[in-house]
Amino acid sequence: MKFLIDNFWTLTSTGLTQGAIYALIALGYTLVYGVLQLINFAHSEVFMVGSFFAMWTLNALASHEGHAGALLIIGLLVLAGIAAMIGSGITALFVEFIAYRPLRRRNAPRLVFLISAIGASIAISEAFGIFISRNILPVPQLVQPKVVLTLFGSQIYNMQVIIVAASIVMMVGLDQFIRRTRLGRGVRAVAQDQDTAALMGVNKDRVIALTFLLGGLMAGGAALLYTQQFGLTRFNVGFLLGIKAFTAAVLGGIGNLRGALLGGLVLGLAENYGSALVGSQWRDVVAFVLLIVILMFRPTGILGESLGKARA
Amino acid sequence: MLLEITDLQVFYGRIQALHGVSLYVAQGEIVALIGANGAGKTTTMRAVSGLRPAAHGRIRFDGEDITKLRADLRVRRGISQAPEGRGIFPGMTVLENLDMGTYARRPGREQRQQDLERVFGLFPRLKERRMQVAGTMSGGEQQMLTIGRALMARPKLLLLDEPSMGLAPMLISQIFSIIKEINGQGVTVLVVEQNAQQSLSIADRAYILETGLIVTQGKGRDLLADPAVKAAYLGVA
Repeated sequence: MKFLIDNFWTLTSTGLTQGAIYALIALGYTLVYGVLQLINFAHSEVFMVGSFFAMWTLNALASHEGHAGALLIIGLLVLAGIAAMIGSGITALFVEFIAYRPLRRRNAPRLVFLISAIGASIAISEAFGIFISRNILPVPQLVQPKVVLTLFGSQIYNMQVIIVAASIVMMVGLDQFIRRTRLGRGVRAVAQDQDTAALMGVNKDRVIALTFLLGGLMAGGAALLYTQQFGLTRFNVGFLLGIKAFTAAVLGGIGNLRGALLGGLVLGLAENYGSALVGSQWRDVVAFVLLIVILMFRPTGILGESLGKARA
Repeated sequence: MLLEITDLQVFYGRIQALHGVSLYVAQGEIVALIGANGAGKTTTMRAVSGLRPAAHGRIRFDGEDITKLRADLRVRRGISQAPEGRGIFPGMTVLENLDMGTYARRPGREQRQQDLERVFGLFPRLKERRMQVAGTMSGGEQQMLTIGRALMARPKLLLLDEPSMGLAPMLISQIFSIIKEINGQGVTVLVVEQNAQQSLSIADRAYILETGLIVTQGKGRDLLADPAVKAAYLGVA
C-alpha cells in the first residue's frame, strides 16, 4: 500500500502510456465488432505485422552512430509509422478477404467465423515465426530517454508524452472520420442496420473492408509506439497484447469507439496500481479480474452501447 | 414501362412466399399493392429493392434487367425504398438520416440544401427536429423520416412499405395526401398497404395480393367500388 501511495503518479503515467497503446489496438476489435458482431481474433497479428514493418524500416534507415537531430528522428518515426500502418492495414484487409469474406458469401454460421479467426491468427503468427525468426528481435529506439517534466514528484519521460500524444491524435482523427465524413456515416449505417444501409446505396462489402483497414491503421500506429517504448518485437508479440486490447474493448463497451479509449486507459491504470498493491507477477490476474468484476455489474461494458447507436 | 415484374417467385428457406407475381408500374403513376398480413406485400417490395433474391422470374427497371443486381446498385439506378416500420438509423440525428438518403449520389452543397428544403416543405416537423436523435422520435415522425430520406435520393421510383402502419387516423390521411403531393412533383410511387381505403383512393391502379398471388387488379376507384373488394378489404358487407 505504501508503495502504491509513494509511487502513485509514476504508476499513473506508466499506466496511461500502456493504456494508450491498448486503446489503439482495442479500436480494431471494436470497429469490426460494431459492423459484423464478430471478434476478429486475428487482430493481434495485424498488430504484430505492423511491429515488424516498423522494425525493418528502422533497421534499414536508422544509423547506429551518434545522435541524430530532432527533425531527422521525427522524420524517421513518421516513416516507420507509415510503414507499420501499411503492414498492418494490408494484413487486416488480407484477413478480411481470405478468412471472412468467403464465409459471408456462403452464409456460414457464426461459430465458423470464430474458428477461421483463430486459424488466421495462428497461421500468420507461425508464418512469421518460421520464415523470419522465433527470437526476440531488437528494434532501434530512436528517442533518447529524457525526463521532460516532473509532475507531483514523478518523472515523465519524453517517450510517454509522445505515445500519449500520438494516440490522442490518431483517436481524434478516427472519431472525426466516423462522425463527419460520408464514408464514416456509411460505417455507422451498416453497424446500425445492414438492410437499410443497402437501401441507401451503401456497398456493405466495401464498408466492411474499410473498417478492417481503419482498425489496421490504428494497430500499425500502436505497433510503432510499442517498439519505441520497449525496443523489441517477436512473432508472438500480439498474443497477450491482443487479449489485453480485446479486454479493454469489452471493458469500455465493445462496439463503442470512445469505450475502447476508456477501457484501454482503465485497464492500463488498473494493471499498474494492482501490481503495485499485490506484486507485479499478479499484473495479468488483476487485469482479468477487473474485467470480470466490471462485466458482473455492467455486462455491456462501461459505455455499453453499440457503435451503431453511439452518436459519436 | 418504369418497373415490370414478371412471374416473380421468392422463397424463405423452403417456404414459398411469392408464387409468380406479375405487375407493372408506368412512369408517373401511383400504384398500390394491397393485401392482408402475410400475403407477400413486403416480400414483393424487398425483391424489387434487392434485399430478397428472386428464385424465379424477372424484374425490369427503366429498360434494364435488374433481377440479379445488388441492392445498393439498384439505388443508383433510381429505386428508393422507405422501409416498413421504423427503418431509420436510430443513433443518427434526423439530419444525418436525411444525408444517408443522398449517400449514393453525392450531391453538392447547394443541391443538398435544395433537397433538404423540399423534404422540410413536405414534413415541417422534420425541420424542427433536425438535430434530434431519430431513435427518440415518435412512430409517426420516424415514418415521415423514412419517406423524407427516400426522397433525398431523388428516386425515379419511390417504394413505400406500409407508410400508414401504426399511425393515428389523422396522421394517416396526412401521409396519404403527402404521397399524392410527392407524386405530383413527378415521382412514380409503388405503395404497399393494408389500409385499402386510403391507398385505393389515391392510387391510379392497384393490385390485390393473396398468399403470394395477385388475385385482382384494376383502377383504384373501380376497386373501391368492387363489392368483393369492399367485403374483403374495406370492412363493408
